[in-house]
Amino acid sequence: MASATASQTIGPFWHLLDETGSGDLTRFGATGERITLGGVIRDGDGAPVGDACVEIWQSDPPASESFLGFGRCATDAEGRFRFTTLKPGPVPGRGNALQAPHLAIAIFARGLLKGLVTRAYFAGERLNETDPLLAAIEDPARRATLIARPEGAAQWRLDIRLQGDGETVFLEI
Amino acid sequence: MNDTTPFRPYAAGTQPDYDVPAYGSTKKRHPMQPLVPLPHTVTELSGPRFTAERFPAAADLSQRHGRAAMGERIIVAGRVVDEDGRPVPHTMIEIWQANAAGRYQIDRDQHDAPLDANFHGAGRVFTDAQGRYRFVSIKPGAYPWRNHPNAWRPNHIHFSLFGPGFATRLVTQMYFPGDPLLPLDPVFNCIADTAARDRLVASFDLAITQPDYALGYRFDFVLRGRGATPVEAGA
Repeated sequence: MASATASQTIGPFWHLLDETGSGDLTRFGATGERITLGGVIRDGDGAPVGDACVEIWQSDPPASESFLGFGRCATDAEGRFRFTTLKPGPVPGRGNALQAPHLAIAIFARGLLKGLVTRAYFAGERLNETDPLLAAIEDPARRATLIARPEGAAQWRLDIRLQGDGETVFLEI
Repeated sequence: MNDTTPFRPYAAGTQPDYDVPAYGSTKKRHPMQPLVPLPHTVTELSGPRFTAERFPAAADLSQRHGRAAMGERIIVAGRVVDEDGRPVPHTMIEIWQANAAGRYQIDRDQHDAPLDANFHGAGRVFTDAQGRYRFVSIKPGAYPWRNHPNAWRPNHIHFSLFGPGFATRLVTQMYFPGDPLLPLDPVFNCIADTAARDRLVASFDLAITQPDYALGYRFDFVLRGRGATPVEAGA
């Protein structure tokens, strides 16, 4: 059988797909602990990436009629993205492991021939200490690139660096 | 084999690298550090379930408000299957493309070619129970870009697919057979495996072609299968 179809870049004009409000995962009426996650995406020169498609997916809270678990946000000219969603809880890992609360993040952009995948964890969660992925990243500075910081009540921030100083940990899935 | 079985690793050479010098925009955007392998968990194995109720299908890009767009009308149809040939049913496919003149209906595109008010350039379809999809559009034009002197993108249609899990997400482009720009295009040529690269080129299909209406092209998508790579019989 044929292998999976090859990826190609999303290019600079993917915004034809962009729909107002798609970064708000609560827009279908979801109720629960509402949070925002925002940040800035920068390239190897530290310049903002103003044409990226950022997507998040979470398996908790479980998807329902009112909660798709998926959101999409275009970065603005300053490279900023922002999602509104429900705070995820712990989710099962492999074997008997338990994963700390997290959001899966995919980034597509001109200059990325395939998407980049990373995660947002939440600072202060007890389970961060034992999360299998965080534990597998030995360098604390690298590990910290996956951990969103509180910026205010229910507001979280995670900046993403595609390349260079403070480069985000990207995942092979 | 069930929905807790990990998706199969991508076959060697069939996916692009991040750092592709011939494609200039990769230079400052590719990670320098190796990716960290993440064994699949429920986060990667599950994914969003889009429904036509929430995300209405728009399977005819060739007209707006009942007025036909300029250009050569085409029908694109095919199947979405996994690496074991199993259909991927009821999955959402997003579509976007330039108009017949090679211009996207969006402010960011400043190429000096005419816009077409009757062509929006984006659509959305869902596969049926057998993984089949079909939409009507206009053959997109080639357009220049700044990657290198006298650089032109071949005619192409962009696609976004989700499949059953976060790890099956696919963003790709479909090309047209016989396009003289294909051998010159660094995006198309970033795939090392020539068979995998050539599968990005649709095939003209008379069976999809509709008399007195539109030319037909076949383009099939393959999403990742689950479990270990099956051993070919007799291998």
